[in-house]
Amino acid sequence: MNVLFDNLSLYANGFLGTIELFLVSAIGSLILGVLLAGARVSPVPILRSFGTIYVNTIRNTPLTLVLFFFAFAYPRLEIADISFFWRACIGLILYTAAFVCEVVRSGINTVPVGQAEASRALGFTFGQTMSEVVLPQAIRSVVPPLTNVQIALLKNTTIAAGFSVLEAGGIYANLSERGYNVFVGLLWVALGFLILVLPLTLLQRNLDRRWSTSR
Amino acid sequence: MKKLHILAAGVLAGCLALTACGQSGSPGATGPVVSETAAADVTVAGSPTFDAMKARGGVVIGVKDDQPGLGFKDATTGQYSGFDIEIARLVAAKLGYGADKITYKTVPSAAREDAISRGEVDYYVGTYTINDKRKTLVSFAGPYFVAGQSLLVRADETAITGKDTLKGKKVCSVTGSTPIQRVRDQGLTDQIVEFQTYTQCVDQLLSNQVDAVTTDDAILKGYAAQQPDKLKVVGDTFSTEPYGIGLNKDDAALRGKINDILQAAYDDGTWQKIYDETLGKSGSPASPPALQRY
Amino acid sequence: MTAVLYDIPGPKARARNATLGVVGTAVVLAVLAFVVYRLIVTGQFDPRLWEWITYVNIQYILLGALGNTLAAFAVAAVLSLAFGAVFAAGRLSDHAWISRPSTVVVELFRGVPLLVLIFILYFGVSRGLGIDIPAYWAVVLGLMLYNGSVLAEVFRAGVRALPKGQAEAAYALGMRKTQVMTNVLLPQALRSMLPTILSQLVVVLKDTALGYIILYPELLYQARFLGSQGQLGAPILQVAMVVAVMYIAMCLILSGLSKLLEKRLRKSPKAVGIDAVEAEEEKLLA
Repeated sequence: MNVLFDNLSLYANGFLGTIELFLVSAIGSLILGVLLAGARVSPVPILRSFGTIYVNTIRNTPLTLVLFFFAFAYPRLEIADISFFWRACIGLILYTAAFVCEVVRSGINTVPVGQAEASRALGFTFGQTMSEVVLPQAIRSVVPPLTNVQIALLKNTTIAAGFSVLEAGGIYANLSERGYNVFVGLLWVALGFLILVLPLTLLQRNLDRRWSTSR
Repeated sequence: MKKLHILAAGVLAGCLALTACGQSGSPGATGPVVSETAAADVTVAGSPTFDAMKARGGVVIGVKDDQPGLGFKDATTGQYSGFDIEIARLVAAKLGYGADKITYKTVPSAAREDAISRGEVDYYVGTYTINDKRKTLVSFAGPYFVAGQSLLVRADETAITGKDTLKGKKVCSVTGSTPIQRVRDQGLTDQIVEFQTYTQCVDQLLSNQVDAVTTDDAILKGYAAQQPDKLKVVGDTFSTEPYGIGLNKDDAALRGKINDILQAAYDDGTWQKIYDETLGKSGSPASPPALQRY
Repeated sequence: MTAVLYDIPGPKARARNATLGVVGTAVVLAVLAFVVYRLIVTGQFDPRLWEWITYVNIQYILLGALGNTLAAFAVAAVLSLAFGAVFAAGRLSDHAWISRPSTVVVELFRGVPLLVLIFILYFGVSRGLGIDIPAYWAVVLGLMLYNGSVLAEVFRAGVRALPKGQAEAAYALGMRKTQVMTNVLLPQALRSMLPTILSQLVVVLKDTALGYIILYPELLYQARFLGSQGQLGAPILQVAMVVAVMYIAMCLILSGLSKLLEKRLRKSPKAVGIDAVEAEEEKLLA
């Protein structure tokens, strides 16, 4: 217990950092992921191939390396000075978006073909077909796997601790230097994550149940 | 997609083919400073750690492998070098184990106490600061060196001269390390950057992403010595970090023995010789610290 | 589905697409060229910073690290599959005293970050139970618990996606519950989930990198170590580039394998009746 109470501010700041990182990256990755999915099914060949190459490359790269390049290679490009927090966010967004894209794309495939045919018959353009007809229906089937991706993102934020972002993954290093029992300290971190994951899991189960009956 | 696979296979094959040729040796070879012959017939009564060494026929020493001048492993030769390594070697020799009987083991900082208490290493020598919290988990022989927190900046830096000039500057150190916690606690600056290794911090310093790297002066001097035209250590030290040899908490017998070994090395000039050949090369002199026996 | 989202492009659209193609390619190439240019300007392709790769010892270190990565991956992959199969079956059980604990185990290990899991295995088990787990096994078991839990969910989704008639027909033939599961449902589910399973194995391969926390000498750990070699110019970025290529190559080979299997299965007449999307639903995680 002492490990937690003696270092309460460390834990509070750590998990606050985790939550901030998660919220920003979750929203960012959802937006970028949907755009990428759109690109992968779009009528423009260049967009399709760009989407495919992007997804295949990113999905096959360890997240640590993605974050590494943003921390160490990016400054050498001398474009704009972005804080480490935002660079970690960008890394997480780019990485997670590839997974979101694949989930959304498979969701698009669950929408009956007739829906798209009907909207085309009504004269809708590709953008209208996607945003007005297909995506709203696809969302229903993608919410459960999308939650999984976001849970993975939440846990992946721990990797950012190695790249100058104060968050829960870095707590153990602080404790070790202060001479506390690292193992007990990490059990509290694990518990913290279980608590953070819980609402996401419940949300997933809830939506899963509601929509599997209406299918 | 198929093309991508062929490309990938080609790259991998290239990686493997590359290993077929290459050079050996080191760009900057460093041998042991003092070649101690292993002492014969050493006994340490009532030391379980020593008994374990005897049964094993060798000694396992926990070290760091990425700190130039202190504990450093040369990737090109696999040789260890530095001040900490020399001290570890000296102690091993006096305990009856020559260089060929030593196994070095790199231990993660967060795992030092565990590695020692569960006997993975017989003793640990690696910029290990003696403090009361740690004394509840392990015990310390020494100190064999007293370092202090200092600052490493770019050679052309003029604004940073000491810890009180850090306000608004970006300061880097290893994630969660004591030096960075001190900077945070004392509110020296609110721009704190943390990476996994000091080398990464130095890289950030050289690419203008941070303005200073802070940790024990002994470590910083190692980097400054490597690139004297680009880096320098500035300001007075603002902490006291007595480095000790980490031992099993209950092994008072071995602790006494190692303290004796260190004292002898302080008295006969061996310590001074080791220092001058390693950390002393950075230009700043030092003399042996006083042991804290307990 | 994707083919019906838009009309077949006419001459005007084709011309527009071609222009977009040229412009798009040019932009991508320009960005890449800029990145390479900046890296050259900042001296990242300086021969001195690439010298490290010519040392035989370093090549052995990299090869050894590659071996360690693959050794952890191979065993962890097999164990994850076994763990996943056992707990998927557990969760699908009709007996609450089997399914409840299985659910708890799966949810627990899915919720804890792998980094924390590996650390707890390495230190916790030795402290709590007095059993020392070597770094290698801490990595392997951590990967097994985490990915096994994810795979358990994948298997379960696969079984649930099977047409009800399969189980009903098997019961009608007089099979017992275990027989229905092992002889009828699991083989089909495994078949339909194979692509998803393989993509999860890519995740296992990538996650071996987290072994660095307990200094398991895999690729990324050695990359960090080599990057700290001051006498070689501390080639942090250079080592990372080489290691990135190695990882991407390994993962692409694995992904390629999964694509190949997917194609095979599509052709197989036995695979009919399984909603491919249902199966892909759990395709996920990073």
